[in-house]
Amino acid sequence: MTTLAPPVAGAHRPTTTSGRPSGPVVWMALPAFLMFLAFGVVPLLGVLALSFTTWDGIGGITPSGLTSWKATLSDPGLPHALWVTFLIMALSWLVQTPVSILIGVFLAAHKRYRGVLAVLYFIPLLLSSAAISITYKALLDPNFGIGTGLGLDVLNQDWLGDATLAMGVLIFVVSWQFIPFHSLIYQGGVRQIPASMYEAAQIDGAGRVRQFFSITLPQLKYTIITSSTLMVVGSLTFFDLIFVLTAGGPGDATRALALEMYQKGFQANLMGPASAIAVIIVLVGLLLAMVLRRLGGRADESQLEGA
Amino acid sequence: MATISPAVPAPAVRPPSTVRRALRYNWAGGGFGFLWLFLVMLPIYWIVITSLKTQGNYFVTNPLKPPADPTFDSYRLVIESDFARYFLNSVIVTAGAIVPAVAISFMAAYAIVRGAGSRLLKGMNAVFLMGLAIPLQAVIIPVYLIIIRLQMYDTLAAIILPSIAFAIPLSVLVLANFIRDVPKELFESMRMDGATEWGTLWRLAFPLTRPALVTVTIYNALGIWNGFLLPLVLTQSPEQRTIPLALWDFQGQFGVNVPAIAASVTLTTLPIVIMYAIGRRQLLSGLTAGFGK
Repeated sequence: MTTLAPPVAGAHRPTTTSGRPSGPVVWMALPAFLMFLAFGVVPLLGVLALSFTTWDGIGGITPSGLTSWKATLSDPGLPHALWVTFLIMALSWLVQTPVSILIGVFLAAHKRYRGVLAVLYFIPLLLSSAAISITYKALLDPNFGIGTGLGLDVLNQDWLGDATLAMGVLIFVVSWQFIPFHSLIYQGGVRQIPASMYEAAQIDGAGRVRQFFSITLPQLKYTIITSSTLMVVGSLTFFDLIFVLTAGGPGDATRALALEMYQKGFQANLMGPASAIAVIIVLVGLLLAMVLRRLGGRADESQLEGA
Repeated sequence: MATISPAVPAPAVRPPSTVRRALRYNWAGGGFGFLWLFLVMLPIYWIVITSLKTQGNYFVTNPLKPPADPTFDSYRLVIESDFARYFLNSVIVTAGAIVPAVAISFMAAYAIVRGAGSRLLKGMNAVFLMGLAIPLQAVIIPVYLIIIRLQMYDTLAAIILPSIAFAIPLSVLVLANFIRDVPKELFESMRMDGATEWGTLWRLAFPLTRPALVTVTIYNALGIWNGFLLPLVLTQSPEQRTIPLALWDFQGQFGVNVPAIAASVTLTTLPIVIMYAIGRRQLLSGLTAGFGK
């Protein structure tokens, strides 16, 4: 009962469990393969190719060697976007991880009221980033929003008009949206820790806090790595949320890489430099995934995006 | 079946919990739990009550107090702003992408498991696994180029095709893991009965894989339904707008009419919340599809 990820759970017999096929089967994989080739693999190669061209998004595409790369790498917008991305990544990790672990532990206990709470906790998972951003934008209105409602003047700030505050709001909204998902992962992880370990600790007289730090946390090591990988790699591609919430502003205070790419490409019509930024996103993502995977030390497990 | 069920207390087979009971009641944990509940529910509560206020009322009443005289005027305004069309577009895009995506992923997963010896299939599987690492955002420019060249810009098909492609890698992974667990003897007996692989796929693997198919369908459907970037980049005219994009547009259109904005958010979210109420367990297991332990 109650294991995370039903499809993958269960005993995996090593190979060819299913015996010889009675006829050719390769063709069955072709539709999916061709589809993914056309809209996944070809675009990946395409973005690299496009980064060596000049294209305004409408007219012809002309090869232009390193022009786009030179423009991109000498643009002060790039280091800024990298810094903003890094900041979002680090801060949202710092907020989300402890809270997700605590909620995961909280929900892993089999108590009825916590079951009811869980139903409500997971609602943010259902909402589109657009809906969430629009809600917060209105809720944080300095004059008619939350501050007035709670009667707390501290909350009557120009939340999205100040660079530091806007970043804080962004981190908060990201956490609000994604903590439920990571809690779900941690809940599954905690439930797989053998109860006998806690019983033994109990006999040794360890209290709840001690048990958390000596058993739960170390046992969650791989879950933490999986969840962190998803958070870190995922935060590289935050787009919808920032686009609707702050549009990168105020000024360029929250203009992360994906947004920088979109604005270069689809608003300034510089598809070459935008493609170069996209290549940078892919490379940074792969690098981070590899580093985190090494930390985990489990080479057999794909820990990229949802795997 | 092993489903995740956070909402249901464990069945009777609890471990002898005397040990756990020996601890004092966890007040800190409970307090923290309700604090988080407050944080989660506050915006949701606020958006619902605001959607029931009149525009004039919004500026003078306490933002967190429900209106004394709830009105559905804002909902009427949203529905009159072509909401049905955007909703229908989202349904077409989601259904149009998810059905073929799951069908071809299922076929591919079956082939990968059944033809485990084939080099070609191993190669294809490697491509799918690598595909898990390709973020849609990073390839959106070439996808845009391809869609233009296919003369599909500003159609719903433009959203559907890439949505199918990006649903494939995870679906194949999850479904292949599931099909791998079907006992070999069943395949063997199908073969003895003279069934073709195509027949075995639909008559044996399909019914046995149903839970995984549901999981994969829900996970991808939610992603496509809420998708923002593809419609933003690949469509232009209001007739092709899907819900998330329509929401964004409403926000500009309604401006300071916050109750109307709130109504549009509530209305677009309602269908998913209803589905959540019906199929909560499948949905939650769907969301973590593909995770090992």
